[in-house]
Amino acid sequence: MTPAGSLLAAHGLHKSYGSNSALDGASFSVHPGEVVAVMGPSGSGKSTLLHCLAGIITPDAGTVTYGGRELSTMSDAERSALRRTDFGFVFQFGRLVPELTGVENVALPLRLNGVKRREAERTALEWMRRLEVEDLAAQRPGEMSGGQGQRMAVARALVASPKVVFADEPTGALDSLNGERVMELLTESARTAGTAVVLVTHEARVAAYSDRDVAVRDGRCRDLAYAV
Amino acid sequence: MSIGHTLLGLLESGPRHGYDLKRAFDERFGHDRPLHYGQVYATMSRLLKNGLVEVDGVETDGGPERKRYAITEAGITDVAAWLAQPEKPEPYLQSTLYTKVVLALLTGRDAADLLDSQRSEHLRLMRILTDRKRRGDLADQLICDHALFHLEADLRWLELTSARLGRLAEVVAP
Ligand SMILES: Nc1ncnc2c1ncn2[C@@H]1O[C@H](COP(=O)(O)OP(=O)(O)OP(=O)(O)O)[C@@H](O)[C@H]1O
Ligand SMILES: [Mg+2]
Repeated sequence: MTPAGSLLAAHGLHKSYGSNSALDGASFSVHPGEVVAVMGPSGSGKSTLLHCLAGIITPDAGTVTYGGRELSTMSDAERSALRRTDFGFVFQFGRLVPELTGVENVALPLRLNGVKRREAERTALEWMRRLEVEDLAAQRPGEMSGGQGQRMAVARALVASPKVVFADEPTGALDSLNGERVMELLTESARTAGTAVVLVTHEARVAAYSDRDVAVRDGRCRDLAYAV
Repeated sequence: MSIGHTLLGLLESGPRHGYDLKRAFDERFGHDRPLHYGQVYATMSRLLKNGLVEVDGVETDGGPERKRYAITEAGITDVAAWLAQPEKPEPYLQSTLYTKVVLALLTGRDAADLLDSQRSEHLRLMRILTDRKRRGDLADQLICDHALFHLEADLRWLELTSARLGRLAEVVAP
């Protein structure tokens, strides 16, 4: 049950923590290059959905299909390789590695994929230039502002040319102006590169950067654009 | 909106012709409702009579004569006083959205459904505004932001209402 042309699709996902049901039959899909906003009240299952889609957690039931392959049929090693090569991540707080410099942080996904240091850092600097943080190449995360760290995290998410970027409240810790800039840079870069973005946010102004929105409620998704 | 004060304010950066003023007004403030020429000339003759503007020159290159207006000291004082006067906050107590939500609640309907479909509808407009903002100049950015924040406020209120309601339902449920 994969919608035609979709890159990543979930069908009938269930996930419980003890007696607490986080997902209760959630379905979702995203096309190549499409930016989809996922909205809904706190505790409705947005992050759980995102983690299932990215193969970080395994649903109790239901399927996640990426590029025609079901994630549940892959080994753990295959799934983590897929996350490294095809997926990028941005979280609410940058989650940069504190011991590494800016450029080392951004280059990290490439290094993990076996790219040589010089080459990796050259590509990293190119993305940092696009996100307007190339001046912070030698700085460590502790020496950056929240907005700078978040742009760094966006550069890191995009550096390995992923097919899908998962962003969970990427602007949650930023003021309006910085949040807007991060969204502009993230969506523009993603559109230029044909990267799909799954964007979890509770801010409508942030969701307005998407092509389509999905509402999550009680562990299920409602796609209102198609319901009309 | 006070058209008189707005036109006066536009004159502060230098003298302009009537048609030039109209264009500047429409560009910045008249997105959906451009001024009529009649409005501009009526307003300017009132400002002239009250000594807030003066005629800075008249041109007649072949066509009808065109007055160039300049703001006076009294005009500048008037603009400053208008800007310093706080605007009455709009109470927003009569909106259809509010009425619908309250009616939905009173009749035992699901506010969450209303929220989800209204959010999608709001987002449709918000995407258009966001796009216009991205392509536009500073004036576009300012006007679109103003609209975007108000639309977001509607949704935040709806979200809060639907969350409050969920709690209320839990309390009264047997
Ligand atoms: N690791 C976990 N252990 C136990 N329960 C969990 C865990 N992760 C999530 N849950 C529960 O699953 C439900 C959905 O959580 P989830 O984090 O997906 O919500 P969310 O929509 O992302 O909320 P928020 O907007 O607050 O981030 C919640 O009831 C939560 O308590
Ligand atoms: Mg979450």
